[in-house]
Amino acid sequence: MSDKIKHPGLWGVFFTVVSLAWIFPIVLVVINSFKAKAYISRNAFSIPTGKQFVGFENYTRGIERTNLIASFGWTVVVTVGAVALILLCTSMCAWWIVRVDNWVARTLYVLFLFNMIVPFQMVMFTLSKLADMLSLNTPWGLWFVYLGFGAGLAVFIFTGVIKGIPQELEESAMIDGASVPRIFFRIVLPIMKPAIVSVAILETMWIWNDFLLPYLTLDMRKYKTMSIAIQYLKGGYGSVDMGAMMGCLVLAIVPIIIFYLICQKYIISGVMAGAVKG
Amino acid sequence: MITMAGKTIRKWWALFALPTFASFLIGFIAPFVMGIYLSFCRFSTVTDAKFVGLQNYTAAIADREFWRSLVYTVAFTLVTVVVVNIVAFAIAYMLTKAVKGANIFRSVFFMPNLIGGIILGYIWLLLLNGVLAHWSRSITYSGTYGFWGMVMLYCWQQIGYMMIIYIAGLQALPGDVIEAAAVDGASSRQTMFRITIPLMMPSITVCTFLTMTNGFKMFDQNLALTNGAPSNTSELLALNIYRTFYGRAGFEGVGQAKAVIFFLIVAVIAIVQNRLSTSREVTA
Repeated sequence: MSDKIKHPGLWGVFFTVVSLAWIFPIVLVVINSFKAKAYISRNAFSIPTGKQFVGFENYTRGIERTNLIASFGWTVVVTVGAVALILLCTSMCAWWIVRVDNWVARTLYVLFLFNMIVPFQMVMFTLSKLADMLSLNTPWGLWFVYLGFGAGLAVFIFTGVIKGIPQELEESAMIDGASVPRIFFRIVLPIMKPAIVSVAILETMWIWNDFLLPYLTLDMRKYKTMSIAIQYLKGGYGSVDMGAMMGCLVLAIVPIIIFYLICQKYIISGVMAGAVKG
Repeated sequence: MITMAGKTIRKWWALFALPTFASFLIGFIAPFVMGIYLSFCRFSTVTDAKFVGLQNYTAAIADREFWRSLVYTVAFTLVTVVVVNIVAFAIAYMLTKAVKGANIFRSVFFMPNLIGGIILGYIWLLLLNGVLAHWSRSITYSGTYGFWGMVMLYCWQQIGYMMIIYIAGLQALPGDVIEAAAVDGASSRQTMFRITIPLMMPSITVCTFLTMTNGFKMFDQNLALTNGAPSNTSELLALNIYRTFYGRAGFEGVGQAKAVIFFLIVAVIAIVQNRLSTSREVTA
């Protein structure tokens, strides 16, 4: 599929212009984060010079008002813990389902498939009340909530991969006297590595950015994730402090872009692999 | 058929299957079953439920705001599915054809996907209000403004993701079939519509499914960008359900009934879509 097109130079120019337009919204936020808040809504496109320029004032005010550093920490705790737990538990569960393959395993599999088509609004009220009753309203409690609500996609992708792994390898290891956990962790898990990376990427993108589930489940007096902290800046009915908002937005975007630049190769191939869903 | 290994592995259920299953029970099955039951009840917390039959459903169906948000959501989904898929396919097609710097463009287009819905909403609030300020208006001027604002936001976010899936599909196309078509004298238009697109049906299925369900379920961006203003005219279905639950006391049952209807619609889309397009898939 790498045949020549007409006017490759023109297309190059075209895509350069479109790409610049694509990142413009983010650039605009960065520009406005250095602008005095009174000018932001009136003059979004001006360059902050003279009395419009306020340096890092928006950032410091934004961090103070939202307690953004703590929120960043909680988002890391929730995301890393939940993704690690999901990867470990669902890969084990998927292997068990494929290899055991009795009516229990098949029923479980169908339930996990069903989980993928249920929108969160269907369970949001009952899930948040249940999490409250079981004291799962902490960042570590949320790991289990995510494992439960997010199990479907992970199990689905993993079972697909495991079905393609020949069973003979595991059987001969068993005859040689290897225990079941040892077979899983030494033989099966290494083969599943590419799928684990894909699922890790997909789940990280979901949990890091998720808003409604942590908002309804976490104890808001103690723990806020970054999306929640930013939404809180808007408050009830009053006007928004656009200056602090811009500062917070930039601070929320920067770690994601750094992460993206480092792991880009894995992210894109993870999405490609995740596309089997459907 | 249970193999010998299967029998041995089965005994290890408590280690391998139980942690996921227990969480699944708490995080999904129990809330789901309770949710279905509560949709037939009047309640304010889950412990004071009183069975009221279909009353919540009749109230949900009689709610004109619910219908308005349903129509609004359907229109939003239709517009975005068409725009996102056509643009994403076109970009993917051009980028797989030796355009210089294709990898950089690909990275740029994909980037918005990593940013959360709330943050995206506020980024676009700044941009759109900045533009509309020239006419002394804002994104909450009317429901139509909010509609097109959300369409732009959603396209900006989703095109990159779908483009990646289309690129993967295009790269996996068998080159010899397309070459053979060219040798047989097919025009590039014929190759496109008779060969490339039919062979791309699996990718198209996945992308339409994803854009459709994501669009139908969109919530965060709606909350951040317009929050339904003015007077609930820019309210998508998910936001309408959320506000029924948490906005008005005594309407939790109606909210749950709406959520069940919402779930049924999403489930039907998923099943119909899957049936329809898997039957249309072609292999080379």
